[in-house]
Amino acid sequence: MTLGAVAIVAALALTGCSPSAGTATSSKPVTQSEIDKAMDTPTTLTFWSWVPDLQTEVDLFEKKYPKIKVKLVNTTGGAQHYPKLRSALKAGKGVPDVAQVEFNYIPSFNQTKSLLNLTPYGGEKLGGDYVDWVWNQVSNDTGVWAVPQDSGPLGTLYRDDIFKKAGLDGAPATWDDFATAAEAVKSKTGSYITNMPGNDMFQLISFFWQAGAKPFSYDGKKTVGVDLNSETNQKVVSYWQNLIDKDLVSTDPDFTDAYYQGLAQNKYASWLVAAWGPVFLQGTVKDTSGLWRAGKIPQYTAGANISGNWGGSSDAVMSTTKNPIAAYELAKFINHDDESTLALANKQFLFPVKKATLESPEFTDQTSEFYGGQKVNEFFAGVSETVDKDFEWLPYMDYVNSSYGDTLGKAIADHGDLKAALKAWQDKVVAYGKQQGFTVK
Amino acid sequence: MTVLDARRRSRLLHGAQTRAAWILTLPFLIVFAAMFIAPLIYSAYLSLFSSQLVGGEVFTGLGNYARALQDPSFWGGLGRVALFLFIQVPIMLAASIFFALAIDSKRLRGGRIVRLLVFIPYAVPSVVATLMWGYLYGTDFGLITQLFQGLGLTAPNLLSPGNVLGSTMNIVCWEFIGYNMIILYAALRSIPEELYEAAEIDGAGQFRVAWSIKLPAIRQAIILTVIFSVIGSFQLFNEPSLLFNIAPNAIGSDFTPNLYAYNVAFKNQEINYAAAIAFLLGIVIMIVSFVVQTTANRKERLS
Repeated sequence: MTLGAVAIVAALALTGCSPSAGTATSSKPVTQSEIDKAMDTPTTLTFWSWVPDLQTEVDLFEKKYPKIKVKLVNTTGGAQHYPKLRSALKAGKGVPDVAQVEFNYIPSFNQTKSLLNLTPYGGEKLGGDYVDWVWNQVSNDTGVWAVPQDSGPLGTLYRDDIFKKAGLDGAPATWDDFATAAEAVKSKTGSYITNMPGNDMFQLISFFWQAGAKPFSYDGKKTVGVDLNSETNQKVVSYWQNLIDKDLVSTDPDFTDAYYQGLAQNKYASWLVAAWGPVFLQGTVKDTSGLWRAGKIPQYTAGANISGNWGGSSDAVMSTTKNPIAAYELAKFINHDDESTLALANKQFLFPVKKATLESPEFTDQTSEFYGGQKVNEFFAGVSETVDKDFEWLPYMDYVNSSYGDTLGKAIADHGDLKAALKAWQDKVVAYGKQQGFTVK
Repeated sequence: MTVLDARRRSRLLHGAQTRAAWILTLPFLIVFAAMFIAPLIYSAYLSLFSSQLVGGEVFTGLGNYARALQDPSFWGGLGRVALFLFIQVPIMLAASIFFALAIDSKRLRGGRIVRLLVFIPYAVPSVVATLMWGYLYGTDFGLITQLFQGLGLTAPNLLSPGNVLGSTMNIVCWEFIGYNMIILYAALRSIPEELYEAAEIDGAGQFRVAWSIKLPAIRQAIILTVIFSVIGSFQLFNEPSLLFNIAPNAIGSDFTPNLYAYNVAFKNQEINYAAAIAFLLGIVIMIVSFVVQTTANRKERLS
C-alpha cells in the first residue's frame, strides 16, 4: 500500500501544473442580447453534481433551451467530488462548467480563484429571491459565487411516545429544559434523550452557529480568522460536557448502521438535526413510523427563536468555463426555475432555499404519516427564517474537520475534557493556517 | 577450426538469446518503469518541495522529512504498527505453523476440509472481511455483544480506542493464518520421506519429528512468512481505513502511518508532505526487513 499511496500521490501531483486563470473575467454586465445569442448557440455544458436523479431538472433546462446540451456527471458524493474537482482544476483539464459546491467549500474554491463571479451575468439580481442568510453563504462584498440549492435549518426530531412516557409535552423550549428533560427521559424510559457524536463536526458547528458564534472568517485573499475557542463555543461544549458526564446523552458515531439501529430501537429519543433529517429518518427507521414529531431546536434564552444550519449546497460556475453565460443560466435554471426548484424539493427532498418554493403550497401542504400527520415541510420553512444570518467558513474546512476528529471529537467520544480539546482544536487550525501561508487573526 | 566454430556459434546463439530475452521482457520493463519507477522518482522529487495554499510551491529540501521526524502522529502510528507486529505476527504465525503441521501429520481427520476452511478467509477480500467483522463488533447490536447479553454478561466495547488495535489484529489473523499455512504446508510437503523413515528407525515420535526435522527444514519458508508479515504490518491500511467508518474517533486520522499519509494527502491537501511520510515509511520497512533477514540468516549459519 505504501507504494500504492506513493503512486496515487504522484499521479495526482503529476497533473499539477499551475491553476489556470479564469478565461472569462469581464466585469461588464452581460446584456440580454448577449444572453439570447449564447442560449441560441449549440453548446455542450458539463455539470458535476451528486444530487440523485438530477436528470429530471436538467431535462427541463434542455427543453427550454434546446440548443444547449448538458452532460450530467453524478460524482456520487462530496468525498469523491471535491478531490476529483481539485485534480481537474490543477490539471487545467476536464473541469466541468458547473459544479455542485457545499456552502462550506465555497471559500476553499474561491481561494484558488476557481469560481466565476456571477455578478456580471446577473447573479446579484437573484439575491432577493432567496432566504437572506442563505444568500450570505454564496455571496460576499466582492461578488456572487454560486446559486444556492438547498440548506439545513436546525430542528428537533423526537419520539413522541418516549417523550410522553417521560412526561414531556413536545420538544424542550430551552437548553436548560433539554437538560432537565434528559434526566426524565433517562430515568423513566432508559433512553438517551439524544446522541452527541464525536465524528460529526458539522453538527457541532451548527450548534455553535445557533449559539451565535462566529468561529471562522476569511477575507477572500490571505487573511483568515479562527475563533473556535470563543466564550460562546466554550459555553456550548461545557453544556454538552455536563450531559456526557452524567451519562444523559450517548456519544456514538452517527450515520452508521449501529446509529440507525439505535434510532429504531429506542436508544435515542431525539435527533437534533437539519431540515433534510425528516426524509432521511423516514428512509432509515421505517418501523417507527407515526411516532416521530418535529419541533424547534432548544434556545439559550427563554422566548428566543434562533436556529442554526447544518449542511446546504449550491451550484457554482467554474472560472475555466468557455461558455460562462450558458453555464450561469444552467446553474440559475436548476435552482431558480419554479418547476425545477419544486421538483428538487418534492422529488429529491432537498430542503428549498428559494422563498417562492418555501411558500409554495405544493411544498408546505404535504403531510407526513411518519410524523403523525404533521406538516413537517411547513414547520421547517418557518425555522429557515430564524437561522442566524452571518456565518463564514475557512478556505480549508477539510483540515478543520480532520483535526476535529483528533481533538474535540475524540474528547467527546472518550468522555474527556471538552474545553481543553476545544483549545487544542483551535491551536491546530491556527497552526495549519499559518503553515499554509495565511495570515491568521 | 571446429572448436572455434562452435564457440562462435555459441556466442551468436547466446547473443540471439539475450536479445530475445530483452524483447520478451520489454513490455514488462516498460510498464514497470512507467507505473513503478517513474511515480517513485516523481514522489521523491515531490517530497523535496513544500506547497502552500497561499504562495504555491517552494523547494524545501529535506524539510518535509525533518517535519515528519518531529511529527507525533507519524511516530504514534509507527509505534502502533510496531506493537501490532510484536503481538499479532507471533500469534498468527504460531497458528499457521500449528495448522500446517497438523495437516501434514496426516493424523487429522478431514485434513483437506480443515485446510480449505482455514484457507478460505484469505480468499475473502480484506474489505469484505473488515466490513463483516465490523458488523460482528458492533457496540450495541453486533453479534458478539448480543452473545454476551444473551449470557447475561456485559459486553466489552471492541471498538473503543483501547480495544480497536486488538480487534484489528483479530481481523488480520483471521485473514492471513490460512495464507501463511499454505506456504508452510507446501514447504513441509517438499521434505524427503526418507528423513521420516530414518527418524522412525531411531524411535522418534511425532513431536520429536516435528521439532527436529520439520521445523528446521521449513526454516526458510518461515522466514519468508515473517518478512511478509512485517511488511504487511507496517503497511496496514484497509482494515483501519474501513473501521474508521464505524469507530471514527478510535481510529482517528493517524492510526497507521499509511492511513496518516493518505489523510495528509487527501484531507489536508499536503501532497508533498504525504510523499515524504510514504518514503520514510518505506525506509523503515526496508530497515526492519533487512534486520529480520540478516539475524535469521546469521542464526542459521551459527547452527
